[in-house]
Amino acid sequence: MSTAVRTPEDVSPDPTGPTEDRSGRRRAHGRESWGAFAYLIPALVVFGAFFFFPLARSFYLSFQRSDLFGRPSGFVGFEHYADLFTDAGFGKTLLVTFGFVLLTVIPSMLIGLVLALLLSNRIRGLKFFRTAFALPFAFSVATAAVVFGVMLNPATGVVNGLLSYLGAGPVGWLTEPSTALLSVAITSVWMQVGYNLLVLSAGLGAVPDDVLEAARLDGASGLRLQTGVVLPLISPQLFFLAVTGTVQALQSFGQIHILTRGGPDRSTQTLVYSIYDVAFANNNSNFGAGSAQAIVLLVVVLAITAFQFGFLERKVFYA
Amino acid sequence: MATLTSTPGLAAGRPASPTRRRRGARDGRTPVGTYVLLGLLFVVLLFPVYYGIIGSFMSPSDINTFPAKLWPTSGFVAENYANALDVIPLLRQYLNSLAVAVLVVLGQLLTSVLAAYALVFLRLRGKRFWFALLLSTMMIPWEAIIIPNYLAMAQLGLINTIAALALPYLAAGFGVFLVRQAFLTFPMELRDAARVDGVGNLGFLWRILVPLTRPTLAALGVWSFLSAWNMYFWPLLITQAPENQTIQIGIAQLQSVDANDPGMVLAGVVLALLPTLALVLFGQRFIVRGLTAGSSR
Repeated sequence: MSTAVRTPEDVSPDPTGPTEDRSGRRRAHGRESWGAFAYLIPALVVFGAFFFFPLARSFYLSFQRSDLFGRPSGFVGFEHYADLFTDAGFGKTLLVTFGFVLLTVIPSMLIGLVLALLLSNRIRGLKFFRTAFALPFAFSVATAAVVFGVMLNPATGVVNGLLSYLGAGPVGWLTEPSTALLSVAITSVWMQVGYNLLVLSAGLGAVPDDVLEAARLDGASGLRLQTGVVLPLISPQLFFLAVTGTVQALQSFGQIHILTRGGPDRSTQTLVYSIYDVAFANNNSNFGAGSAQAIVLLVVVLAITAFQFGFLERKVFYA
Repeated sequence: MATLTSTPGLAAGRPASPTRRRRGARDGRTPVGTYVLLGLLFVVLLFPVYYGIIGSFMSPSDINTFPAKLWPTSGFVAENYANALDVIPLLRQYLNSLAVAVLVVLGQLLTSVLAAYALVFLRLRGKRFWFALLLSTMMIPWEAIIIPNYLAMAQLGLINTIAALALPYLAAGFGVFLVRQAFLTFPMELRDAARVDGVGNLGFLWRILVPLTRPTLAALGVWSFLSAWNMYFWPLLITQAPENQTIQIGIAQLQSVDANDPGMVLAGVVLALLPTLALVLFGQRFIVRGLTAGSSR
């Protein structure tokens, strides 16, 4: 902030008389609220057009029948919602979604935590490892999914190749209903670990050395030190990752679209993929039913966020 | 923090030997276990990066065999790259992605800086309401409003355009949040001093505030570039013709066009990765700042 001190002088040699400007400002004073509002307008226009208006329209569409071309064609009340909750297929979709969240969030947090703890030791090559583990960050959902698609190919994929050296039979990673969801989850975990490492490392870095020192003097060491002292201190970060990771897993789409298209046998058909499937895939154009599912997604995500806000303020220990 | 001051007193009750204490602080044990575990995770987590890059240089006879090879034993080949560029208009898609990303970065910087300025420095009726409204967009899952957004673009005749790809992302609640945080730490006296010197709102914003909050703006820039460059769902819906698609859709198409040529598919991946790889390697501190902004409060 040392540079900050210099700035007022740098800007002042504006030759226009200060009195003129000051009076102008004084005049503007009463209207400042309107003038200030003008600064919000660009953001509000974008949000209004692409968030709030579509949100209202999503609700509207979810109560409308869609004709063959996807145009709203008459009010149907809660029919789409009633259909969803009596349809066994949608039950399975919710189950798959839940499974995908668990298979993604828990492993990515555990691996991120182990990595963060390992890298919190003052070891040689720390910088190298930090940079290396940040590399998956560069991958988008499409690049990651395409690479994993190549690696998990049942016939020529390198994963089955390596397994064959160990004498294990070829696994139909993406073609068997029993392993497809796991495979998509593995891809997602891989993409998520780098971020989790970053957040947890930041949390660990903020744990004061004196606290660790004091705990050690009290006889805590190794695993006990980590679980008894360090974990509670980074509980805000763990909680943050659990919530944001869950929301992100709920919104996953690209890896499913590229790797499995929701199959085989709908075993990877999550809620978001199902929205795509109903509304967009194969020119289905069933925007009404798709919107009802979109509202279900919205409610689930908002509930988790509300839980986060309610919980965060009370239960999590802040250092 | 209150516990900090009390711990030395607690510790004094125990007869801790000075040697043990020093060792505890520096962790003098040779951390063999640490290295073994770290090495194992390194191999597993970095393998896809390694294989993606090496595989893009493998000839079909090396990569399309079982069991797959880990090294291009019959030599490195560059023709995968030529093939990838042949199959889809990758170069054109590259430019599309770049145009979208640049528009999104500029848009988010502009909308976020302006909104955050009003929220921090100006008198504004219902400031808390506006802030909450802007931030509430972070809680709306984009997939829940993607159908009406698609329909709107279709009705406006914007399908297959750069505008349709970028427009919904020209503002982000996260951007407003991040820039507001940076502005809040700005010393108010400076703002008052600038006022006395006759500097107006836009002058102060452009000549003082923006230069002094550059690290945060760079973080937002990197974050918005990465998210725009990496988009998948929206460009998948909004573009159909290959020459209007982004690179992300392009490489996904590569795979479905020719799944029997994994070397070519991986070459496309490496091409799509180049800008983001450069950002991760050279802009890491901005990424860290941007990505962890929401986590520590």
